Amino acid sequence: GAGLIGGAAQAQGALEPNSWEEITTYNNYYEFGTRKEDPARNAHTLTTSPWEIVIDGMVDNPGTYSFEEIVAGQTIEERIYRFRCVEAWSMVIPWNGFELADLLERVGVQDGARYVAFETALRPDEMPGVRLPVLDWPYREGLRLDEAMHPLTIMATGIYGETIPNQNGAPIRLVVPWKYGFKSIKSIVRITLTDEQPHATWNATQPDEYGFYSNVNPNVNHPRWSQATERRIGGGLFASRQDTLMFNGYEAEVAALYEGMDLAEFF
Amino acid sequence: MAGPSDIAPRAPLTARVNQALRRVPAWTLYIVGAGWGGWLFWLAATGGLGVEPIEALEHRYGELALQLMVAGLAVTPLRQHLGLNLMPFRRAIGVLCIFYVVAHFLVWAVLDVQRVAAIWADIVERPYVTIGMAAFLMLIPLGLTSNDWAVRRLGGLRWRKLHRLVYPAAVLGALHYVWLAKGFQVEPLVYLLAILGLLALRIRRGRARVAG
Repeated sequence: GAGLIGGAAQAQGALEPNSWEEITTYNNYYEFGTRKEDPARNAHTLTTSPWEIVIDGMVDNPGTYSFEEIVAGQTIEERIYRFRCVEAWSMVIPWNGFELADLLERVGVQDGARYVAFETALRPDEMPGVRLPVLDWPYREGLRLDEAMHPLTIMATGIYGETIPNQNGAPIRLVVPWKYGFKSIKSIVRITLTDEQPHATWNATQPDEYGFYSNVNPNVNHPRWSQATERRIGGGLFASRQDTLMFNGYEAEVAALYEGMDLAEFF
Repeated sequence: MAGPSDIAPRAPLTARVNQALRRVPAWTLYIVGAGWGGWLFWLAATGGLGVEPIEALEHRYGELALQLMVAGLAVTPLRQHLGLNLMPFRRAIGVLCIFYVVAHFLVWAVLDVQRVAAIWADIVERPYVTIGMAAFLMLIPLGLTSNDWAVRRLGGLRWRKLHRLVYPAAVLGALHYVWLAKGFQVEPLVYLLAILGLLALRIRRGRARVAG
């Protein structure tokens, strides 16, 4: 009831989520075009059912899992997270999903695995954007194993209690709220446990601009723009910028992961 | 395939277009051009440019400036190679180009970056902003001298020399767009290639003139 919602809002620091329209019409999903409105316009062509994810590498139970098998038995919960794009805009999104750690535990992470690699679907017939070499397709991302196992890291399958729209990464995507948005890879078809730092698309494209870690950090600027402030989507034409928070406001939860690391060097 | 044109000789298409264009006063371009900018601003303020109107308006104004730059640079080659006479509109095209550069700059500075220190930091530290600003500064004297009084005052030769600044400004403006794009994007490169192509036509013409 109302009491529970009030409590949850307080626990989340009273984050006011962006509207469904804002979340689903302003997207970066270059497989469907580089303009913000392109994914909402073009992503309807993506076939999201049936969907399979290959889980391989250093796991006890490698194999090809259907979407249904992946989500079976998982507790889907709502997580209202800040979402900060590397382009210095932000939203608050009420995701529905489950912790990645629960999935990784189920497939059995082997000793010696230190990283998790992810891959987005690559379907030239369904994705008009991949006909151009905007990026080195397929889109790939990676996390350190402890980042992947962190309770804030989720696999999202919904927004606002609805099935996640294609332009937001249907049917299943990663959400790592303390990192720049491009780390939260969409429409995942492969998860690989490995002992080497995985290939990450933006990092490989421009290593001086996009670090492997890409933690939200107002003190480390992107070479082409400041990261000190951000524009919250939804404020209209005359909205003020707001200060960007260290680790996107999740410092208390995740700072320990990077203890002793120079965050300007490992940006 | 026999059509009327096979039988009765008609004036070539360009001549007819030129004739029609002569009936269009140049001031209509200013009205339409500036009005379009106002319309876009109104759209942005009322949700018509999507959920992030600041970036949208900034980019629309910037793109319009580049489109007008390409159009302005095309006037001379179009006349020389196709006989199409857009000369009466060249000044309006140029002034509107600068109008959109100013609008683009103001949206960026006032609505986007918002803080004076941050505006300055961007100009000094971020090369794509630096070259955009350089292009803007080069265009200012061109805007100020785009009137009959200034042409008379400077004299044709000096005025022409001054207005050659449009060439580096155009290249810098296109590079500004190429540089800010993430990944390998086609659209900014199309503007750059169009501008370089239009400048190349001038170099060839210049050489031909020297050779002749």
